[in-house]
Amino acid sequence: MAFPRVHLEEEHEMFRDSARKFLQKELSGDVERWRAQGHVDREAFLKMGEQGLLLLWAEEQYGGLGIRDLRYEQVLIEESIRWTDIGFFHNAHSKLVGPYLDRLCTPEQKARFLPPAVRGESILGIAMTEPNTGSDLAGIRTKAVDMGDHWLVNGAKTFISNGIIGTTFVTAAKTGDGRGQIGLFVIEEGMEGFSRGRHLKKFGLPAQDTAELIFDNVKVPKENLLGDPGMGFAYMSECLAVERTMSAISSLSHAQVAFDVTLEFIKDRRAFGRPVGAFQNSRFKMAEMRARLDAAQAWLDQCVMLANADRLTPEDAAALKLLCSEIQGDMVDLGVQMHGGAGYMEEYRICQMYQDARISRIYAGTSEIMKEIIGRGLGLGEKDLR
Amino acid sequence: MLKRTIYDEEHEIFRNSVRKWAEEEVFPHAETWREEGCVSREVWKKAGEQGFLCMYADEKYGGLGLDDFRYDMILAEEINPREPGFFIALHNRIVAPYIHKLGTDEQRDRFMPGIVSGDCVLAIAMTEPGTGSDLGGVRTRAVEMDDHWVLNGSKTYISNGFLAGLVVVAARTGDGHEIGLFLVEDGMEGFSRGRNLKKMGLASQDTAELFFDDVKIPKANVLGDPRKGFKSMMMNLAEERIMGALGFTARAERAFDVTMEYIMDRRAFGRPIGTFQNSRFKMASMRTELDAAWALTDHCVREHLKGELSAEMAAQAKLFTSEVEGRVVDECVQLHGGAGYMEEYEISRLYGDARISRIYAGTSEIMREIIGRGLGLDERSRN
Repeated sequence: MAFPRVHLEEEHEMFRDSARKFLQKELSGDVERWRAQGHVDREAFLKMGEQGLLLLWAEEQYGGLGIRDLRYEQVLIEESIRWTDIGFFHNAHSKLVGPYLDRLCTPEQKARFLPPAVRGESILGIAMTEPNTGSDLAGIRTKAVDMGDHWLVNGAKTFISNGIIGTTFVTAAKTGDGRGQIGLFVIEEGMEGFSRGRHLKKFGLPAQDTAELIFDNVKVPKENLLGDPGMGFAYMSECLAVERTMSAISSLSHAQVAFDVTLEFIKDRRAFGRPVGAFQNSRFKMAEMRARLDAAQAWLDQCVMLANADRLTPEDAAALKLLCSEIQGDMVDLGVQMHGGAGYMEEYRICQMYQDARISRIYAGTSEIMKEIIGRGLGLGEKDLR
Repeated sequence: MLKRTIYDEEHEIFRNSVRKWAEEEVFPHAETWREEGCVSREVWKKAGEQGFLCMYADEKYGGLGLDDFRYDMILAEEINPREPGFFIALHNRIVAPYIHKLGTDEQRDRFMPGIVSGDCVLAIAMTEPGTGSDLGGVRTRAVEMDDHWVLNGSKTYISNGFLAGLVVVAARTGDGHEIGLFLVEDGMEGFSRGRNLKKMGLASQDTAELFFDDVKIPKANVLGDPRKGFKSMMMNLAEERIMGALGFTARAERAFDVTMEYIMDRRAFGRPIGTFQNSRFKMASMRTELDAAWALTDHCVREHLKGELSAEMAAQAKLFTSEVEGRVVDECVQLHGGAGYMEEYEISRLYGDARISRIYAGTSEIMREIIGRGLGLDERSRN
């Protein structure tokens, strides 16, 4: 990587080296199979756990390392995307769903949920989206009714990542009639009435198992409720900022790999008597992308430091996610174009990367939602300006 | 929406019959064909029975002797967006013209009846593993013997590569730009097909590698002058590019239609998402770009019908429409949200299908070279 990463210390680079060696040796070789079978092996999570790479933040008493420095997460994502696959959602497990457990669990719940998650024996997912909602979380219909000694959950979710291999789902359900009156429940594999629907076929990201989940009179023990049963909407809003920062890291890491793959290709591939990369158009296109990637990297690294200091605002995270996912989209598009016909063939990594990248501008809040958040932060909300 | 003026009443009657036929014979099979990576041979024969293949062919070959490009446009507009694997335009307007125009009477007598009936599907093999847009870099070689030619080499990314019964193969016949076109038939010894390549989209379009290992080509299967094939290939490119332009615009139009329907139906935050200002503005921009694409394409068609279409103009149409298509399908996926990424939604497939448009039949970069050189900005004349 040409750009000097001044926010990283020696210990982060040492962590990078060991993570890279592990990923290359233990998991790189499995990627093709993951993509063909439509999901990552559960063993991959066990291996990550054994290596101490899951839920880095978990306290030592639960088997974790107690590392809350996001730079380690960032380095891990960069290496994981480079040497395995962007569809390997260990990060969703550790830093998208994990934080709900971190923030909301009682000590008793932590003792139950964290150790298996740290070891990779349980795989975490989050069940928010429903067939008719999407970005509009307040509009969900899955319902949880308080039955005295348990909650009765009914409903269905869709587009759930880790939906097939996942064992433990933080599930959002309405607990009352008010808009946004939502509770979060931990629903586990094996609970009666909990089943998986279709394993959805997507345009890309084939290693990521995306599924429907069905809850048919699932009895959820009271001790599986996270926090206050009416506050789920607020919890989700809080955790979304972290999720978006992680998503931005993932997008930019992916874009960087696409850049490298493309650069190598156009230096090698010849047309009209010279390497394709030697044409002025190629040189300018790549130069422009280099500048955009570096600018985004500098900002992202700074935001990681702000997040470490708990100073990153939801607007910052939204702007970061917006920009990084758009750059990722532009980069893979350029990468395919620079590859010519090869870019359309799945045997070339850039073709897969193009397909994998298209969801980044949609999930974890679409670009339009990011613009709403940023714009409202500017005081341009419809309700603010009347 | 742009009112198009290139079609007459008889064209619209034809359009209705194509539409009705495709609803019965083509679209119901689309999912199966995507799974199989190939359309059926039967659908080609059925299209032949309907008279949809090479209408311009002489009546003695089963054709109608009707050389009106617009009928092929209608076939592409009606069929291509929803079933891009059934590549009639390639058969009718890209490959068959080589035989129709360059072939001898004997060659036409031998091949045209099967081409018109759909028994013999056509492909053209130019691209090689190491070339691409650079046709001058072809390495497949044909060597002349006493009574035949011997062909050696390989081709890749060949559309209709699996189904084709007859392939027009470009091969080097001398030094420099000496290229010949050879008619290679299914079953010839030494001719084999490699993998059906896995692509980002166009799942039902069979795209294959072809191998030629000492294939004996009878002299009767040489198409035109064996040293001047390069010129013949150039001759047909303008038509190929407006055919492409039309297909790209039609697919973008389809993406627009399915998205209109989706955003009027789908609700978020208490209203149909189509009623948000952002959606309205995006759709408005797309409508405008689509109409401009149709207008440019139709202009080129008029020029082509008069025989006055320039290579530069055709390149402009290919460049502009494929870029519009790319923007439109991208915005349409975005307007679908998460559903746009799921294969069960048509827009997800249209998005994958569209990505090749800016690459094949000459990349956008090649189009810009052609247009730019036409402006007198040729590198070769810098002194």
